Amino acid sequence: MSKWIPLWLHKLGSPPTFYRFAGTLRPWLLALALIAGAVALYGGLVLAPADYQQGDAYRIIFIHVPSAWMGLFIYGVLAVASFVALVWRIKLAESVAMESAPIGAAFTFITLVTGSLWGKPMWGTWWTWDARLTSELVLLFLYLGVIGLYHAFEDRRQGARAAAFLAIIGIINVPIVHFSVNWWNTLHQGSTIRILGPSKISASMLWPLLTMMVATKFYYVASLFGRVRADLLDLEGGKEWVRRIAGGDDAPNRQAPGERA
Amino acid sequence: MSAFLAMGGYAAYVWPAYAVFFLVLLADFLSPLLRRRRNLRELRARLARQTARQQRPASPTVHP
Amino acid sequence: MSRASVSSACAAVLRRDLTLAWRRRGDIAMPVLYALIVATLFPFALGPEESLLQRIAGGVVLVTVLLAMLLALDAMFRSDIEDGSLEQLVLAPQPLALMLAMKILAHWLTTALPLIVIAPLLAGMLHLPVAVMGVLLLALLLATPMLSLLGAVLVALTAGTRRSGMLLALMLLPLCVPVVIFAAGAVAAAQQGLPWVAPIAWLGAALAMALVLAPLACATALRIALDA
Repeated sequence: MSKWIPLWLHKLGSPPTFYRFAGTLRPWLLALALIAGAVALYGGLVLAPADYQQGDAYRIIFIHVPSAWMGLFIYGVLAVASFVALVWRIKLAESVAMESAPIGAAFTFITLVTGSLWGKPMWGTWWTWDARLTSELVLLFLYLGVIGLYHAFEDRRQGARAAAFLAIIGIINVPIVHFSVNWWNTLHQGSTIRILGPSKISASMLWPLLTMMVATKFYYVASLFGRVRADLLDLEGGKEWVRRIAGGDDAPNRQAPGERA
Repeated sequence: MSAFLAMGGYAAYVWPAYAVFFLVLLADFLSPLLRRRRNLRELRARLARQTARQQRPASPTVHP
Repeated sequence: MSRASVSSACAAVLRRDLTLAWRRRGDIAMPVLYALIVATLFPFALGPEESLLQRIAGGVVLVTVLLAMLLALDAMFRSDIEDGSLEQLVLAPQPLALMLAMKILAHWLTTALPLIVIAPLLAGMLHLPVAVMGVLLLALLLATPMLSLLGAVLVALTAGTRRSGMLLALMLLPLCVPVVIFAAGAVAAAQQGLPWVAPIAWLGAALAMALVLAPLACATALRIALDA
């Protein structure tokens, strides 16, 4: 199995190597996120014209849709990292999975709040039980469950494995929930309001949207790197490389037991 | 400029939405920084305690 | 000691859990009383008007049964973890998934079955039309095992933790949303005179899959949670 994995990928799985790698990349990723975000916001808030039907309120789309997409995308990353963590027991995969969860929950929360703020002026209601918003709410609960389970264990690695298992069960649930909520909406015909985009998405509205999606993706990776680095310091606190970072001048003379490079 | 801020009358909805976006992501950005600072502080304190223990005259039974 | 055959091991586990539950038969009444009380809260909260209660009866009974089962779920493995017999089960040569399936069956028999028995009473108090009662019972017969099976996986995951009932609820309820939608939806459809077989069929299919997959997932979850 190891033959097709390049050496640099193997090395990246080692905590100190990843720590350095992530630390170098992070400022660049943040810069890219900020630049892309600024461009997208300028395009969306200033350049794009007002929508025919929704006026200026549609501009919430530029943060609502990218956040919704990130909420789902990050859960996908969480599930894949969880799978890797459970099957191959790679410490870094556990860290990536567990540290992705709060970021995904944040984006899902933003999706729900901005969706609500968009719905109120457009359809007169703060909340609607349409398929997409309801699925986002369930997704938020899934995230919170994973985060809660992770923190319920005293042994962090065991907690990560349990939460990883829950994440995989959860991702099987996401399409099932979407399907069942769709059916539910058709059964209870009533106020089945769908929060749609503007009447027609013109090019001037599309490119800021796509740019913002790119910006949020860069931000996610940057934030993830920051969180995983902090997590690695925590996990590897006893190791030599962490001690060197903390302040090498007062590192003890002897090697700590079980020391590995 | 004021037309921009007014957002066609929907300012009460658009600007809070953008505010939530930025504030939540800012909180997400700051959280690992604070955690890292706390970790390093605790780590340094622990290292200082360990070196202090070693520099004390060694007692016959205790070993860190 | 000779190695027991799988079927006799299954029977032994089932018999043991049922006996233990029977010795604490007071505990069997708890979820039932809880469901009764919660169901009576709804008329107090919403008013006794029959047409309103009739509309919500199916959903209220289902959610009430779900919450009552959630309360009882925590106890599925707890006493076995505390006295170490669960670890013995994990180490035993018999397939763990089958043994756990027997435990889940025992738990369902002692927790869900009493609830299903009183469900007509609850539904009647909320003025559910008698014609729909059969669909409600069928929906409960399919939904409650799913809750037991899904719940067992999650209870196994939290086996080593300082157990918090709230955490279990937080983890379980999102997974239960499709079950609730289809079960209550079947009752609502029947009440409106619409075809109700489709959601029941979906429930049945999901239950069939869960019967196979959940004990395996439960065994994996248990190994993750107990393996320090």
